Amino acid sequence: MKLTKLAAIAVAAVTAASPVLADLVFPALSYRTGPYAANGIPFADGYADYFTLVNERDGGIGGVPAQLLECETGYNTEKGVECYESTKGQGSLVYQPLSTGITYQLIPKATADGIPIHSMGYGRTSAANGDVFGNIFNYPANYWNGASIAINHLLEINGGDISGKSITLIYHNSAYGKEPIRTLEVLAEKHGYDLTLLPVDHPGQEQKSQWLQIRRERPDYVVMWGWGVMNPVAIQEAVNIRYPMENFIGVWWSGSENDVIPAGPGATGYKALTFHGVGDDYPVYDDIQKYVVDTGKTAGAGDQIGTVLYNRGMYAAMLAVEAVKTAQEIHGVADITPAMMRDGMEALEMTEEKMTSLGLPNFGPAFSVSCENHGGPGLGGVAQWDAESGKWNMISDYSPSDMDVIQALIDEDSAAYAAENGIESQCN
Amino acid sequence: MSADFFYTVEVIINGLMTGVMYSLVALGFVLIFKASGVFNYAQGVMALFAAMTLVGIQTGQVPFAHLINTIFGTHLHKFGWEVPTLLAILLALGVMILFAFIVERYILKHLVNQDPIILFMATIGLAYFMEGFGDLMWGSEIKNLDVGLPQGGNIWLENATSDWADGFYGFYLDNLDMWATAIAVVLVASLIVFSNYTKTGRALRAVADDNQAALSVGISLRTIWVIVWSLAGFVALVAGIMWGAKSGVQFSLSLIALKALPVLMLGGFTSIPGAIVGGMIIGVGEKLFEFAVGPYIGGATENWFAYVLALLFLVFRPQGLFGEKIIERV
Repeated sequence: MKLTKLAAIAVAAVTAASPVLADLVFPALSYRTGPYAANGIPFADGYADYFTLVNERDGGIGGVPAQLLECETGYNTEKGVECYESTKGQGSLVYQPLSTGITYQLIPKATADGIPIHSMGYGRTSAANGDVFGNIFNYPANYWNGASIAINHLLEINGGDISGKSITLIYHNSAYGKEPIRTLEVLAEKHGYDLTLLPVDHPGQEQKSQWLQIRRERPDYVVMWGWGVMNPVAIQEAVNIRYPMENFIGVWWSGSENDVIPAGPGATGYKALTFHGVGDDYPVYDDIQKYVVDTGKTAGAGDQIGTVLYNRGMYAAMLAVEAVKTAQEIHGVADITPAMMRDGMEALEMTEEKMTSLGLPNFGPAFSVSCENHGGPGLGGVAQWDAESGKWNMISDYSPSDMDVIQALIDEDSAAYAAENGIESQCN
Repeated sequence: MSADFFYTVEVIINGLMTGVMYSLVALGFVLIFKASGVFNYAQGVMALFAAMTLVGIQTGQVPFAHLINTIFGTHLHKFGWEVPTLLAILLALGVMILFAFIVERYILKHLVNQDPIILFMATIGLAYFMEGFGDLMWGSEIKNLDVGLPQGGNIWLENATSDWADGFYGFYLDNLDMWATAIAVVLVASLIVFSNYTKTGRALRAVADDNQAALSVGISLRTIWVIVWSLAGFVALVAGIMWGAKSGVQFSLSLIALKALPVLMLGGFTSIPGAIVGGMIIGVGEKLFEFAVGPYIGGATENWFAYVLALLFLVFRPQGLFGEKIIERV
């Protein structure tokens, strides 16, 4: 009798925990614990809050409620794969692995399972080639776009000529941190600057050697590819040696409030790349306040709204929702499958009119996705930190990266992957 | 003399000071190992927890705010006051002493006479518990720690030495590192005096040698454990302040324990001066190696070279530079 009761309770619990089958299911491989929790929390909050907004304000997407399946990875690749395996059978439409390591592990799995992956601004850069990576998307920008946008910014502030300038790349000594090296080397040949590479081992709590070297060599510019504690320590060390902050520029994963606030007023002037807007001066935040915050339905404490990483999470969710709408239009059904979601992502078109109608005018670049191009046009902008106001300010428009250089690198890398894995053209 | 010579000196001095920062962490390990033979895996997390507690008290943060808000639907975050730094440090120290009582009462008391490996495993469990507990109590966002210590290169020194050679920009020394060195010297001197010249200090050493024998002569093992864990909590607080001032208080602070391990291997697990000297050797060694060899082999040598250096010392002195030689009679 007891066993029967227990079994009934277990079944009820499992049923309650599983999404209703008619829901549109979005797994969130988040990390609210571990060394990178401080960055994982705002992204996860932004991602979840946007789906809550869509449910509360619009009654779901095309009338079907969105269901979020949050799974804690701790930014650990093994746990990320476990999360994927445990959620893929629940109707998951698209995965945001939120880690380059997890993305690399999931590419073959998700491809075999027919579930799309969206690694926005991270992951395997050459996945932008949709002809090889049919299920993987990394719009609107990838690491190599980022490297090129940083160099383009330096070109712009130097009147188009950076030959003879010295640029140091300080990077997280991992697969992620090494991503921009090839692009920066190719661009160095093209533009004639001298590139110095300075790796920092995980976690990056101690960087005295690297910054003493920068102080000795006095490079004209420092570009950073950091993550976690490496970022605030690097920015603090730059302040300590009185390196001109306006000559210090980080990738979008080195450009959140968490990275600059610990360094205090000295961090003013530090620049970071971005592929979406900063701050909370967008109409969508009024809706988030009304439908999510005021109703007590925020995913977290509600104290991250408008921060860089919250915005990024919200942007990722918004792009997922727009892809669902596109898929619903293409297939004429509201309750879509992962394969239909893939079609929606491949046909996604983000125009400024659409962004404005969503309450996000000029929040991100206008772009469209195609079968061949899963990475979008590779547009990005530059934001600059102002410690006094505690805000990031956009100091450039979304401008293009050097696709002549990057496309050749993408083609080369993806062709090697296709040959290695026997992948035939996906677009013919 | 050439600029290269002065830059080498600069690297050595900065290595010494970085080494002192490592020593601050290593000291906590030494204190507990010396008094109980336990390698306290939780020492790094204790530094994180102590620093989180300090910032929380200083900024008037409501502990367990997220939990309270979730359960009761409230919106509590701050009390609305700020606590002066010195008082906040004393209160944080009080929390660490309370923590020592709790550890003794609920963990160590039940493990008297167990093998050291059992106690080590218990500290692993404690570390993971504290990671989660700290997040629950104070939140996992990065916190800014400001206790008024100056930070940044010392401008006076830089200007005074900048014309010593062509191409030399003057010596760079971080003010925070200099403060850390001064604090570490005072801390070590106090601990040595306490350990060697006070009744309680001698009792600590007696317990470390043989806790059964110490019990038989009337030394309270439980009191000693509370004292030693309190001291380790105090050292963790100092280390947390110094490292937290550099990077903000965040989870990665707990990983500085990884930098203390080669220091312990080199200096010995039972020597307070060994922690300082070991730290300085590791600091100078890794910085010099990175400076001289790093550029030729791709850099980022410091993490692994510290362990190579410690292993080299171990080959010749398995007990570490200052560790006690263990002679077991059969």
